[in-house]
Amino acid sequence: MRLTVAGTQKDYEDGLTVAKLIEIENVETPAYVTVSVNDEFAASGTFETTVLKDGDIIEFLYFMGGGQ
Amino acid sequence: MTVTLKKMHFDAFVNHACSVLPNEACGLIAGRLESGAAFVEKIYLLTNTDQSPEHFSIDPKEQLAAVKDMRVLGLAPLGNVHSHPSSPARPSQEDIRLAHDPKASYLILSLAQEEPVMKAFEIAGGAAAEREIKII
Repeated sequence: MRLTVAGTQKDYEDGLTVAKLIEIENVETPAYVTVSVNDEFAASGTFETTVLKDGDIIEFLYFMGGGQ
Repeated sequence: MTVTLKKMHFDAFVNHACSVLPNEACGLIAGRLESGAAFVEKIYLLTNTDQSPEHFSIDPKEQLAAVKDMRVLGLAPLGNVHSHPSSPARPSQEDIRLAHDPKASYLILSLAQEEPVMKAFEIAGGAAAEREIKII
């Protein structure tokens, strides 16, 4: 299947989960990553069970925060 | 690394930060990286979902929209910017703990004094180092 990951189209095996995609893409500090699939944010507890499908558009966003 | 920021971007963030007082303001910076120097071409004024004078979290929906806009415009993500309404322009322990990109520039605007002060930092390995900032 073909996914668009961070703006780039790539081919992946069918049945890929968000968690596996994070691993394949070597996403740094995954504990602080938010994932959107087709502009919908995947809850962090669902990465293992969210199966991607052909045509999905995925973005990885790093949490950005702090305090004075 | 030197971070070059246009005066209009600086003014825009100062205005944004003042408009949300007493809370912290936040945003993203995007532009060009050339010969190890960062040139800010666009500043995104985003919502602090914490709505707090002491903390900020960038709204992820707005962050996503900004990332897409950067891609369309061919701009590189350069880092983020936030305000300290009542403390100096230096990273707090929380800023350091929550910084995950060692390549990014972290801009902090202090409104603690009469004149706003902006400084830039890199944060890696649990430590912050100041980067030169030019406002032109």
